[in-house]
Amino acid sequence: MATFKEFRNSIKPNWCPGCGDFSVQAAIQRAAANVGLEPDNLAVVSGIGCSGRISGYIKSYGFHGIHGRSLPIAQGVKMANRDLTVIASGGDGDGFAIGMGHTVHAIRRNIDITYIVMDNQIYGLTKGQTSPRSDVGFKTKSTPEGSVESAIGIMELALTAGATFVAQSFSTDLKELTSIIEAGINHKGFSLINVFSPCVTYNKVNTYDWFKEHLVPLSSIENYDSSNRMMAMQTLMENKGLVKGIIYQDKVKSSYQDLAHGYSKEALAKMDLNLSEEKFNQLMTEFM
Amino acid sequence: MIDQLSWKVGGQQGEGIDSTGEIFAMALNRLGYYLYSYRHFSSRIKGGHTNNKIRVSTSETRSISDDLDILIAFDQETIDVNVHELRDGGVVIGDSKFNPTVPEDLNVRLYAVPFTEIASELGTSLMKNMVAIGATSAVLGLPVESYLEVVEEIFSRKGAKVVEKNMEAIQKGADHFNELSGGQIDGFQLNKADGKKRMFMIGNDAIALGFVSGGVRFMAAYPITPASEIMEYLIKKLPEFGGTVIQTEDEIAACTMAIGANYAGVRTITSSAGPGLSLMMEALGLSGMTEVPLVVVDTQRGGPSTGLPTKQEQSDLMAMIYGTHGEIPKVVMAPSTVEEAFYDAVEALNIAEEYQCPVILLTDLQLSLGKQSVEPLDFSRVEIRRGKLDPNQELPETDDKDGYFKRYEVTEDGISPRVIPGMKNGIHHVTGVEHDETGKPSEVAANRQKQMDKRLRKLKNLNFNVPIVKQGQHEEADILLVGFNSTRGVIEEAMPRLEADGFKVNHAHIRLIHPFPADEMKPLIDAAKTVIVVENNATGQLANILKMNVGQHEKIKSLLKYDGNPFLPSEVVMKCKELV
Repeated sequence: MATFKEFRNSIKPNWCPGCGDFSVQAAIQRAAANVGLEPDNLAVVSGIGCSGRISGYIKSYGFHGIHGRSLPIAQGVKMANRDLTVIASGGDGDGFAIGMGHTVHAIRRNIDITYIVMDNQIYGLTKGQTSPRSDVGFKTKSTPEGSVESAIGIMELALTAGATFVAQSFSTDLKELTSIIEAGINHKGFSLINVFSPCVTYNKVNTYDWFKEHLVPLSSIENYDSSNRMMAMQTLMENKGLVKGIIYQDKVKSSYQDLAHGYSKEALAKMDLNLSEEKFNQLMTEFM
Repeated sequence: MIDQLSWKVGGQQGEGIDSTGEIFAMALNRLGYYLYSYRHFSSRIKGGHTNNKIRVSTSETRSISDDLDILIAFDQETIDVNVHELRDGGVVIGDSKFNPTVPEDLNVRLYAVPFTEIASELGTSLMKNMVAIGATSAVLGLPVESYLEVVEEIFSRKGAKVVEKNMEAIQKGADHFNELSGGQIDGFQLNKADGKKRMFMIGNDAIALGFVSGGVRFMAAYPITPASEIMEYLIKKLPEFGGTVIQTEDEIAACTMAIGANYAGVRTITSSAGPGLSLMMEALGLSGMTEVPLVVVDTQRGGPSTGLPTKQEQSDLMAMIYGTHGEIPKVVMAPSTVEEAFYDAVEALNIAEEYQCPVILLTDLQLSLGKQSVEPLDFSRVEIRRGKLDPNQELPETDDKDGYFKRYEVTEDGISPRVIPGMKNGIHHVTGVEHDETGKPSEVAANRQKQMDKRLRKLKNLNFNVPIVKQGQHEEADILLVGFNSTRGVIEEAMPRLEADGFKVNHAHIRLIHPFPADEMKPLIDAAKTVIVVENNATGQLANILKMNVGQHEKIKSLLKYDGNPFLPSEVVMKCKELV
């Protein structure tokens, strides 16, 4: 069985010192080892942005796609080979701006992949513009007088879109983050994990200290029940979305793969492509 | 006795016009006639004039005819819109319900048959189309029993009674017509067909069948006219092979999902039309850059923007060749018949895997949707070639310090070894960023140049079967007719007419649009006094491609049509004479 070190390679990330993404990378590597994966059976698909580089920093099959499209690529990988563990990842701009359409549909489609968003509420790689997760009034290069657009409540939105696994975490809590990623990988269906991963260069508001002060651990809420969707929604709203832990999990609903009519239990990538002449003739006759 | 005739049925959309044509055509196809149909329809479900024109012939035909022999009308609008297409002495059969009239100055024969009334008497006015089919049979002198097999197939699940009623409707339509006409009328009796079994299908059916036969097990697509039939067939058939189709949220998702699945080793396709292809452009670049095989079907329709969504056009050519930013290797192939569409669908999958690049399978609306008789396909020509991928191969450990596989190894033919996720010792990185041999991002100038050259070198030796279909044997021709996709039939029909008028005519139908087969094209152009490029667009895109690749601008002339309708043979003949 692989250890977390076997999910490492020698590439030095091009993230700024202190970036929250380093811990997310470490948490993915630890979670992969903890759930018993081998590097060749893991595919990490990522989008564009600082965090999008993560697929190159983990030793596994990695696919760094185009901006906003990590989810359709990752779903394609999983549909082709259901024996692989597939993790999609990227930033809040990638997933909740350009890629929002895919995010909502991946949630309701419920293909068995794990989506980890490194949410820093800002565009880092393009040097500091507003993101759909920026709060009203947040000043950036593109909103010099402060953002006037509402921030997306992504966890609430995920719940209404029919999510079966919704979690939020904070990049400094390596232990908790690792266990949430493990739970996401083990979940049979689509798991959305939003990780607050502070940008130390361009976001001087939502800092490590800010999150420490504002984030409410769900473990601190008495009788919190993550199978209760109503409670999940209410708790999110009461806390302006600033909670951490597994917010909601539906352990009953089957994944897309298990519901898709006729979809093979054997990985499609391992199937024989050839058709018998008899079958071919039958297909032709149907047009006669 | 005649060898071919054209029949048209028209009415309001949603009134069963398509099924009337379908039942008529299927029955004649079973008798061994060659059918070719053209549907005039709009982007709406109910209402608006629609018609289905079907050509029936004792020999192979791939074009609509200039005129019309029989017009079946469910409303006066059908007569008003189509009556001028009728040949001298042609027949109009209208539902007596609307008191059909024809212009007095035309020599056509009008028969008012109570389609709706007869149908209602039998139980439901829905059967009025069967009454109309019966009247048609009487004109053609075909026995009513010819329809029994088809009617049984369509209605047997509704019970024997329904089959019986429908056959009765056909019989009554025939009887009523015979009563009105006083028996057989001259000039409409078809010679007997050869009775051979053929398929009756649209180009999209053939493409979809090609994909299933060629090993496609997954498809991601978004519905659009005129491509949806490909998706619908695969939705129906792939589960029989363990595969499936996902209807995605948009075409960007469709294309990138297909890329993800191809990367993971499954033959996966997507299909769309112009608007969808426009959305896929960035993803095509990703496929080119990451060297992930990808087959995309573009069923051209009237553009730009939403354009003429249900009409014929061939105006995506330049977009398909050059679309995506930056420079990638890409193959654009354009089948010219339904049979070719099948074999090319299989071959597109092979080329995509062998050369590890995107392949556009280009069709146009008339080729995609024109339903026609198709000779049985040759199973022995279906082969699966995956190029430098062997999913069962055991890979040795690599010498890379991180144990990464050289997925983008610089090779002489530009094609690198390919592995898929799950293979031991195959780990590599894939990125749309410029990268080194293991796929790690790299901006080093020398590496950039090597990788770019490697990618663009791949198609230098593209092995493509019959890039140009050549017809006509003249060493020196007055005219070389050039076309692509569905114009083949109309050009083939125009050729003998031009020859009869004293012109020496050759024909080149381009099947490989990109990379353009310039070496093969040049002698054909050299041998012609005038080159006439027949295409359904306004700017002469194929003519421009010829000029770019072969030169000889002064010889190359354009014959264009972009009003939404396919060419008629007479138009090609007439305009060619003007152009020479």
